[in-house]
Amino acid sequence: MSDESQSYKELLLGPLFINNPIGLQILGICSALAVTSSLSVALVMSVALTFVTAFSNMLVSLVRNQIPNSIRIIVQMTIIASLVIVVDQILQAYAFDTSKKLSVFVGLIITNCIVMGRAEAFAMKNGPVSSFIDGIGNGLGYSVVLIFVGTIRELLGAGTLLGYEILPLVTNGGWYVSNGLLLLPPSSFFIIGLLIWVLREWKTDQVEESEYKLAPHSRTQEV
Amino acid sequence: MEQLLAIFIQAVFVENMALAFFLGMCTFIALSKKIDAAIGLGIAVIVVQLITVPVNNLIFKYLLQPGALTWAGFPDVDLSFLGFLSYIGVIAAIVQILEMFLDKYVPALYNALGVFLPLITVNCAILGASLFMVERDYNLSESVVYGVGAGVGWALAIAALAGVREKLKYSDVPKGLEGLGITFITVGLMSLGFMSFGGIAL
Repeated sequence: MSDESQSYKELLLGPLFINNPIGLQILGICSALAVTSSLSVALVMSVALTFVTAFSNMLVSLVRNQIPNSIRIIVQMTIIASLVIVVDQILQAYAFDTSKKLSVFVGLIITNCIVMGRAEAFAMKNGPVSSFIDGIGNGLGYSVVLIFVGTIRELLGAGTLLGYEILPLVTNGGWYVSNGLLLLPPSSFFIIGLLIWVLREWKTDQVEESEYKLAPHSRTQEV
Repeated sequence: MEQLLAIFIQAVFVENMALAFFLGMCTFIALSKKIDAAIGLGIAVIVVQLITVPVNNLIFKYLLQPGALTWAGFPDVDLSFLGFLSYIGVIAAIVQILEMFLDKYVPALYNALGVFLPLITVNCAILGASLFMVERDYNLSESVVYGVGAGVGWALAIAALAGVREKLKYSDVPKGLEGLGITFITVGLMSLGFMSFGGIAL
């Protein structure tokens, strides 16, 4: 993974499907579940996370040779937290409603494992430019899942996309009966679970080895 | 007293960190394969929550919130934008101190929790509890109760999930769903179950 000769295109596009941070690396799931009930919030969250990942990767990579190994986590945390403060202040200034909807989840970007994980696994070993691109790539991989889940939940749950009515609801004189389950938080678990299933049927090398083999169906005695 | 009990019950069941707010999901899913490990991690989370939430409460009250620095002669200073940085710093520092303390004085507990302690720094349930505490403006005693409640709720959820997953490995799951996929769906169902606490008004 950390091969310097790896092309920028691979760095950027790899995390989208092949090595998706949510689907394969199990990183950054918390916010993926909680902020996807409407597409606009999911979009804002994606942009914020991509920004933070890209710049924290670049900054960590710039100072990577100066950081003593024993305190690297604290240094990374400080860089990430400062970037998140910037994002939070910008959101409060220009998108106050969305920032209220996101409530604590902007702050939780700090502990989002994608940011920490990429800083630790990639930026500490690679140059600033490829780290920056790796950050954007992983941010986009996260965004793809977030936008996908957000679209399904808002379209089928409320009949709207970005607040515009797509499927006219029965309650408003239309024909679409909304699926209330999709507005509830647990639905994002089901959607992501099924998404992982689809992804793994497509890229079969991602299938996890089962810990136990089941014996084939066998009759213990003739019935 | 009654109000504190209400906060506790609410933090454990109604607003369960893991199953209602989905915080600390990364460790929740990654480390719930074995019941023993899950319980160890759960206890570590309770201990850290018990300390960090009240400490962050004090920091917010006496250093960060608008007008908090009056005692130092700066009545107009508002440092609340430094919140994220201070909370995460406090959490990282406390986890580190706790680790050193346990290593020196309670080696048995240290060996039991050892692996999990550093992981807790990046557990969003810890930071999340501190942020919720600030958002809801709890006082000191409320924040102690809220911290413990949030920790207990999270520990309960991860122990339950680990129990389910230990049974699940004997079942015949479709190839692509194995591992991560089926765990997500299991958590989804558990979370639906916990939603039934949602209507309880305390």
